[in-house]
Amino acid sequence: MHLPIYMDYHATTPVDQRVLDAMLPYFNGKFGNAASRSHVFGWTAEEAVGHARETLARFIGASNPKEIVFTSGATESDNIAIKGVAEFYKDKGNHIITSVIEHKAVLDTCKRLEKQGYEVTYLKVDKYGMVDPDDVARAITDKTILVSIMLANNEVGTVQPIAEIGKITKSKGVLLHSDAVQGVGKVPFNVEQMGVDLASVTAHKIYGPKGIGCLYVRRSKPRVRITAQMDGGGHEFGMRSGTLNVPGIVGFARAAEILIEEGEAESARILSLRERLRNRLWKELDAIQLNGSPDRRLPGNLNVSFSFVEGEAMMMAIKDVAVSSGSACTSASLEPSYVLHAMGIGDDLAHSSIRFGLGRFTTEEEVDYVADLVIRKVNKLRDMSPLYEMHKEGIDLNSVQWAAH
Amino acid sequence: MAYSDKVIEHYENPQNVGTLDKNDEHVGTGLVGAPACGDVMRLQIKVGEGGVIEDAKFKTFGCGSAIASSSLATEWLKGKTIDEAETIKNSMIAEELHLPPVKIHCSVLAEDAIKSAIADFRAKQQAKKELAGAAPSATATASAE
Repeated sequence: MHLPIYMDYHATTPVDQRVLDAMLPYFNGKFGNAASRSHVFGWTAEEAVGHARETLARFIGASNPKEIVFTSGATESDNIAIKGVAEFYKDKGNHIITSVIEHKAVLDTCKRLEKQGYEVTYLKVDKYGMVDPDDVARAITDKTILVSIMLANNEVGTVQPIAEIGKITKSKGVLLHSDAVQGVGKVPFNVEQMGVDLASVTAHKIYGPKGIGCLYVRRSKPRVRITAQMDGGGHEFGMRSGTLNVPGIVGFARAAEILIEEGEAESARILSLRERLRNRLWKELDAIQLNGSPDRRLPGNLNVSFSFVEGEAMMMAIKDVAVSSGSACTSASLEPSYVLHAMGIGDDLAHSSIRFGLGRFTTEEEVDYVADLVIRKVNKLRDMSPLYEMHKEGIDLNSVQWAAH
Repeated sequence: MAYSDKVIEHYENPQNVGTLDKNDEHVGTGLVGAPACGDVMRLQIKVGEGGVIEDAKFKTFGCGSAIASSSLATEWLKGKTIDEAETIKNSMIAEELHLPPVKIHCSVLAEDAIKSAIADFRAKQQAKKELAGAAPSATATASAE
C-alpha cells in the first residue's frame, strides 16, 4: 500500500492505463486534424472521432451518435446547454428551473442569465438533498423553457429522480438538462429511458483525461436547438467550434467503453468497500452523521459529519489521505458548503463534514487503514475539543449563548 | 492550505491541552467563538501570588490555525503577570505563526480568549472582595461579559 491514499474520486480520477494506451497513438503517429477532409491523416482522425461518438452515445443511451457534441468538459457543456437553450428559445419563454444544490457551473450560469432578464426558480431539496419531482411540476409555467437537475450530487452523492422528472418535463413540453458528471457510469443513466434532452458528461471523472467532455443534445422527439456560444469553423454540427481534441476524445470513449463493460461490477465492489468503511466508523465512533441519502446515493460516496471536530483540522490530521471537506476553513470564502446548508444541516455540522470518495483503485487495505486512522484522529481531536467535553457533560450546545464572531 | 512549520508543529504537538477547574477562584476561563462559525476556543489561566499566571490550558474546536493559535497563547501566558498578558495582541500571534491572511481570524479569537479569561478572573476577585464585605461600591459589579 502506498501513501498518500487517494479518496477524492469526486474531484477527479486517475487516467486508467488502458485509456492512456488508447490515446497515445493519436498524439504523434495519428495526429491528423479531424476536419481535414483531403488526406489520410484527417480521415484517420475523423474515423476515430466517429467511433468515439458511437461509444459515447451507447454509454448514455443515446440513439444517434450525432447527438454527442464534444466540449472541453462539463463546465462548458453546462454553459452551452443552459445559455444555448435560453438564447434559442427566448421567444417562447424566459423561465428556467434548477435546484439549489447544482454545481456552480449550472448555478452561476443561471445567475448570469438572471442579469439578462431571464427568470430562474431554484428548487429546494429535502434533508437528503433530494429534489421532489412534484416541485418541478408545480414550478413549470407557460414561460418555462428548461429544467436543469443534476444526476448525482458531487458533495453528498444523492442520486436525483431524473426519470420521474423526465416524465413531467416530457408531458409539459419543457426541455430537461442533466449534469450527469458524477453519476454516469456509476448509477443507471439512459437519456432515452429517462427523457433527458441535454446531458453534460466529462472524461476526467470516469478515469479519462482532463479537458474533454461532451454535451448530449437530443435530435428527435423533440429536436433540441441551441444557439452556439462560440463562433468559428462550425465544428460539432455548428454547436461548438474548435479543432477537436482527438487524443482526448479517443481516451474519453475508451474510458466509457470500460464502464459499459465493467461499470456494474465495479459499482458493486466500490459499494461494498464504502460500506466496510461506514460500518467501521459507525461502530467505533459516537456522534457522527451521514450526509445525503442513506440509500439513493453514489456507491463511492461517504459524506460524514464528525461532530465537535472541525473539517480542516481533521484533514490535517489525516494528511496521508486525500479527502475533501464542506468546512469553510478550507476555502477563502469562509462560508461552509451551500449544499449541506440547503439540506438543512447546521453550520456546526457542515464545518465538521468530510467527504470520502472511493473509486476504481481503492483497495480493502486502504479502507482499513483509513478507518483506523480516522477513528484514532477523531478521538484525539475530540480530546482537544471544548464542545465534546461539554457534550459529555450533558450540556445542550444549542442552549449556550455563543459569542459569535 | 499551506501552513508554516510552526503552525504544523503546534497542531501536531499542541501544548497545554486540558481543563482547569472553572470554579476555582484562582482560575479565569474564556470561551469565545461559536460552533456555527467553525471555531470555539476555551482558554483558562490559573493565577498565583502577585498576579502571575502559573498555568494555562486550552481546548479548541477549529482548524489547524485555531489550534496552533491557542496552543501558542497558552505557552506565552505562563509566567506572565495578568497585566503583561493583556498586552498580547493578535498581530503578534499571527506573525509568530506566519498565519495566511484568511486565517488572521484565528489569532483574533486567541486574543479575545486571553482577554475573556483575564476578565473572568478579575470578576471573580471582585466578587470575592464584595463577599468579604469590604465596602462594596455600587459600580464595582462584576462585568465579565
